[in-house]
Amino acid sequence: MLSSGPWLQPNGPDCDVVASSRVRLARNVAGLPFSNRASVAQRLQILALLQRVEFPPELTRGVVWVNLNQATPRERQLLVERHLISRQLAEGDLPRAVAIAEDESVSVMVNEEDHVRLQVVLPGLQLASALERADRIDDAIEASVDFAFNRRYGYLTACPTNVGCGMRLSVMMHLPALRITNEIERVKRAAKELNLVVRGFYGEGSDATGDFFQVSNQTTLGLAERELLEKFQGEVVPLLVSYERHAREVLARQGSVLDDRLHRAVGILRAARLLGTDEAMKLLSRVRLGIHMGRIADVAIDVVNRLLLQVQPAHLQTGLGPAAAAREISGEELREARATLVRTAMAPASST
Amino acid sequence: MSRDSCEHCGKPAVVHDVIIKGGERREVHLCAEHAKAAGYAVPSAAPIAALLGPGVAVPPSAPRSASSLPTACPGCGLSFNQFRQTGVLGCPQCYDAFGTPLASLIEKAQMGGLNHVGKTPRRGGGGIDMQLLRQRLARELEEAVAAEQYERAAKLRDRLLSLKPTEPRSGTV
Repeated sequence: MLSSGPWLQPNGPDCDVVASSRVRLARNVAGLPFSNRASVAQRLQILALLQRVEFPPELTRGVVWVNLNQATPRERQLLVERHLISRQLAEGDLPRAVAIAEDESVSVMVNEEDHVRLQVVLPGLQLASALERADRIDDAIEASVDFAFNRRYGYLTACPTNVGCGMRLSVMMHLPALRITNEIERVKRAAKELNLVVRGFYGEGSDATGDFFQVSNQTTLGLAERELLEKFQGEVVPLLVSYERHAREVLARQGSVLDDRLHRAVGILRAARLLGTDEAMKLLSRVRLGIHMGRIADVAIDVVNRLLLQVQPAHLQTGLGPAAAAREISGEELREARATLVRTAMAPASST
Repeated sequence: MSRDSCEHCGKPAVVHDVIIKGGERREVHLCAEHAKAAGYAVPSAAPIAALLGPGVAVPPSAPRSASSLPTACPGCGLSFNQFRQTGVLGCPQCYDAFGTPLASLIEKAQMGGLNHVGKTPRRGGGGIDMQLLRQRLARELEEAVAAEQYERAAKLRDRLLSLKPTEPRSGTV
């Protein structure tokens, strides 16, 4: 059940700070109410329409449709943990679905806040490539679906904050050094000045667990997609990346004070018998920082990245096997299982 | 025509120009607002409202009367008040039904963005309004130069130059 999720990839441009890039396009079917006012019958109609779409095969290899009403709560949570659907889509019992490519770089949500929310995720800083792919998938959908659009406002969306291009550009940034140097608030203020939205690990309403922050553009109207992209990827993101890199340089001068902090994290992860999700994320964040700074040599980055996913509750439970996954597990059992998983994965390499 | 008044609206003129074309001489006198719209740099001594960005200087709101609020959307029945409470519209027709009050909200939320200049669907939808895009870029270029943001001005100038007279409508960004 190894996920090949883009944000887990150990390489990608600027991946020491930018874990992944995401482009999300919001579209609605013409002539029908937006999701919040659509009847069950209309939602089913929209689903049927979208399921007739022929996605570009080279971009959506192995694509499958998941009907959220047929998925168990744990299965929906797995999708949320892999950043394939929003928490909003996971909830409720109205007709809704998601199309997912095998490599998890593409997911198309149907009947979330907008009828169609198409997302492309790539490792590191690759917004231009992600946009190019999203654009082609958008064309493929539009070949069989009429989109709500008018000349003045562009693509019409349920929320006017998305109207126009309907495009949200985001990067998942890992900012552990700024957290340690206590500069996160300063960065958030700078982001606000730059007209950016800063959210947690799972987007709207979530925490920045593991020191991961999702940073997105706010404007979608009055500028073309390419202009929005140039500004975001060309100016804004590099600026934020430079803040984190600078904070890392400052920390590097701490020498053994920093090393102690980093290696204690390794130590706890290798020895603890009980681990909660938040603590695991906090420690893994330190280790990820240490590896990227070249100060931790005996842990592989892809092990850490994969653990960031595997310690999440639904993934952890699923990893315990079908029997365990079927029953209710106590909090303490989970914490014990998480510690075992991490200890095993991070054990020092022995001769094999 | 008095050289003190704007030739479009009669307000005090702050920008004066002389255009000589085809042997003919024409005087241009514009207020700050119309000068800005025509692409002139507004002198810094212009009335303060002309120097501030869109939506920054707002006259006091007119007294609310039932007739000044948009009626419910004919497409889905959503009322403007309901929209104000949730922030979410009911259907594509709401954008027309809620007219100017919605437009003001959108302008504010979109940092002054007023019109779509991005991708259009291949089928239907109509073309990008090139005229609007050109006007907007010209305005921003003047503002950038006036604010001595030369790098930004250069980028805007390049973008303006790259706009071909008749760009074929395509579905790609």
